[in-house]
Amino acid sequence: MGLQAYLTLAAVVFCIGLFGVVTRRNTIGILLGIELMLNSVNINLVAFSRFSGDITGMIFTVFTICITVVEAALGLAIVILLFRIRRTVMADQLDLLKG
Amino acid sequence: MMTDAALHTLIALLLHALSFLVLALVFPFRRMGRPAAWFSILCAGGSLVAAVIAWNHGAGSVSRVVWPWMISEGQTLATIGILADGESTIMLVLVALISFLVQLYSIGYLSEEPPASLGRYYTYQALFAFSMMGVVIAPNLLQLFICWELVGLCSYLLIGYWYYKPEAARAAVKAFWTTKLGDTGFLIGIVLLWRLAGTFDLTEMRALVESGALPVAGLSIVTFCIYLGAMGKSAQFPLHVWLPDAMEGPTPVSALIHAATMVTLGVYLLLRLEWLFALTPDVLLIVAWIGAFTALLAAVLACVQDDIKRVLAYSTVSQLGYMMTAIGAGFATVGFFHLLTHGIFKALLFLGAGAVIHAVHSNDLQHMGGLARRMPQTTIVFLVGTLSLAGIPLFGGFLSKEEILGAVWAGGLVGPFALLMLVAFLTAFYMFRVVFLAFFGTGGLKASGYQTTGSWGPASAGSGADHSHDVGDSHDHRHVPHDPPISMGLPLWILAFLSVAVGLYFMVAGPALPFGTGEPEFEAPGWLMPSAVGVAVAGILLAWLTYQRRTINAASLAGAFAPIRYAALRKFWLDDLFEALYGSVLLAFSRLIGWVDRYIVDGVLNVVSAWTLTSGDDLRTMQSGRAQDYVYGVAVGLVVVLLWVRWALA
Repeated sequence: MGLQAYLTLAAVVFCIGLFGVVTRRNTIGILLGIELMLNSVNINLVAFSRFSGDITGMIFTVFTICITVVEAALGLAIVILLFRIRRTVMADQLDLLKG
Repeated sequence: MMTDAALHTLIALLLHALSFLVLALVFPFRRMGRPAAWFSILCAGGSLVAAVIAWNHGAGSVSRVVWPWMISEGQTLATIGILADGESTIMLVLVALISFLVQLYSIGYLSEEPPASLGRYYTYQALFAFSMMGVVIAPNLLQLFICWELVGLCSYLLIGYWYYKPEAARAAVKAFWTTKLGDTGFLIGIVLLWRLAGTFDLTEMRALVESGALPVAGLSIVTFCIYLGAMGKSAQFPLHVWLPDAMEGPTPVSALIHAATMVTLGVYLLLRLEWLFALTPDVLLIVAWIGAFTALLAAVLACVQDDIKRVLAYSTVSQLGYMMTAIGAGFATVGFFHLLTHGIFKALLFLGAGAVIHAVHSNDLQHMGGLARRMPQTTIVFLVGTLSLAGIPLFGGFLSKEEILGAVWAGGLVGPFALLMLVAFLTAFYMFRVVFLAFFGTGGLKASGYQTTGSWGPASAGSGADHSHDVGDSHDHRHVPHDPPISMGLPLWILAFLSVAVGLYFMVAGPALPFGTGEPEFEAPGWLMPSAVGVAVAGILLAWLTYQRRTINAASLAGAFAPIRYAALRKFWLDDLFEALYGSVLLAFSRLIGWVDRYIVDGVLNVVSAWTLTSGDDLRTMQSGRAQDYVYGVAVGLVVVLLWVRWALA
C-alpha cells in the first residue's frame, strides 16, 4: 500500500470529524468530532514519517496524543460547567452572541 | 539700544496695561468703583508724564526698538516693538492727555453709576488707552493691526456701556460691523503688501520704497485696501454711518474715542504710510475727493440735527474729511496738524456738551437755551471750542484749518477746495447754531425738561437722552442747571487753555510743526486767509441772525433749503440703503446658503447615514451566534480558497 491510501484514509476521517462538528447538536458529540479530526492529522504525520524515513513525525504524534487527551479533559470540563450554568449542552441553544 | 524716548514711550504704554490688568483680574477691587477709578486715573496721569518726557526726548530723533516674535525655522516672521519719532510721540502725548482728562472728567460725569459698573468703565478705558498707544507706536503693520482691532473692540464695549439700552446695544454692534467692513480691506491690504515687500516693518518697507525696490505695479490695489481700513475707522463716506449712532455711549467716551483719538487713527495710519501712498497718486485722488465729499455731507447733516451730541458727531466726521483731503492732496503732515488741534478742541466741545447734558438731562437743543446765565464757565469753554472749530484767528483750529485749505489748493485740487470752503461756512453756522440755541436766547427752559417731578418728560426720555440712569426721583437738587463739579470743570479749563495756547503759539511761531520732516513746502495764496476767515464769520453771522436776533426766520431758512433739509433729516437715505442692502442682498444670500446647507449638504449626509443603518441591520442576521455555523463558514471558506488556489492561480 502506498502513501496515497493512508492520506485518503486521513482525509476521510477528517471529513467525518468535520461533519460531526458541524452537524451534531450535542456538545459532547462535537468534542468527539474534534477528536476524529485530530487523529486524522496524526495518521498523516505517521504516514509521512514512515515514508520519508524521518522519526520526527512519530515523536511529534506522541506529543499530539498527549495534548489531545488534555484537550478532551478541558473540553469536558467546559461542557460540565456549561451544563451547570445553562442547563443544556445542545449547541444550537448556545447562541448568546446572536446578532 | 533703549533710548530715553523709547523707554518713556514703553512706560506710558505699560502703565495703562498695568491699570487694565489690575482692574480686570482683581475683580473685588474693580467692583469697589471709585478706588478703581482713581487707580486708573493715577496710571493715566503717570502715563501722561511719561509721554511728555518721551516727546521731549523723541521729537527730533527716531528711536526704534523691536523684539523678534513668531520665530519659525530661524526666520523672524514678525516683530513687536516701539517706534518713537516726532509723529508718534506727539500723538502719544495727545492720547495720554485726552485719556487722562476724560478719565478725570468721568469721575464726576458717571458719579451716579453703581460701583461695579464704574469699575467696568475704567477697565475698558484703560484697555482703550493701552491699545490706542499700541497703534500709535507700532513699528510694523502687524502690531498696528492687532492694536487697531483692540481699539475697535474697546469702542464697541464703551458705546455699549449702557448695554441694557436697546439703542446703545444696537449702536455698538453697528459701529463694530461697519468698521469691521473696512478692517477686512485693511487686513487684505496688509497681506498683499507683505507679499510685495516681504516684511511688515514700516522702517524696512520705507527703505524699500525709497530705494525703488518695491514694485509699483498693482500697488494701487494695496493702498486702496489699506485706505478702506482708514475709511472705516475715520468714518469716511460711505462708512461714516456708525459714528453718529456711537453717541449712544457716555459723553466722555464720545469725547475720547469718537472725537479726539480713535476715529483719527485712519488719518494717522495714512500719515504713517504717506511714502507708500505717494507712489499711488490715483488712490490719493480718491482719498481727497471722498474726504471733501464726506466733509460736506456731514456738515449738511450737522445743520439739521437737534441732538447736541449728534451735531458734534457729524462735525467730527466733517473734520475727519478735512484731514483726509489734506492727505489726499499730498500733505499728510498738515492733516496730522489738524488732527492734533482738532483732538484738543473737539474733546473740549464734547466734554462741554457732556457738562450741559449732565445739567439739563437732555440731549435735545430745543430743551436748552439761556444756559449762559446758569453755567457761565461751561459757556466760556464751549465758546472757546466752537471758535476753534470755526477757525477764528487766535484759536486752536484756525491755523491748521487754513493750512489744510492752503495744502489742498497747492495740491491743485480745485473741486475739493471749493467743497471745503463751503464746509468752513457750514461749520461756523452749525456750531454757532448750537451755541445760540443752547447757551443764549430763552430757549426751551420752560418748555420741558425742568419739571419739578422726577421724570424728564417723554421727549427727553426718548431717543437720544444720555442719562437713563438719571431717571428717578432722587435728584431734586438738580433742577436748576449749574456748572459741573471741579473734577469735570478742571479738564474743561485745561483743554480750553490748550486750545487758545496752541492757537497763540502757532500765531507767534508760524506753522513750524514740532514733528515730521521732509514735507514739501507750499505757498498759500495771499487771499486764502482772509477768505477762510470771511466764510467762517459769514457762517457765524448767519447763525446769529437766525437763532439770536431772529431777523431771519429759522423756518423760512429751512424752507429755502427744503429738499436738502428733507434729505438730510433722513441722513440722505444712507442708513436706509445699508438696511435695504442688508435685508435684501445679505439676508437673501444667507438664506440661500442656509438652504444649501440644510437640504443638500445635510441631505446627502442623512441619506448616507440611513443607508448605513439599514444595511447594517440587514447584515446583522448573519450572526447566528451558534459556533457550529461559524465552523461551517470557515470550512466552506477554506474549500473555496483551496479551489481558487488550485484552478484560478495555477
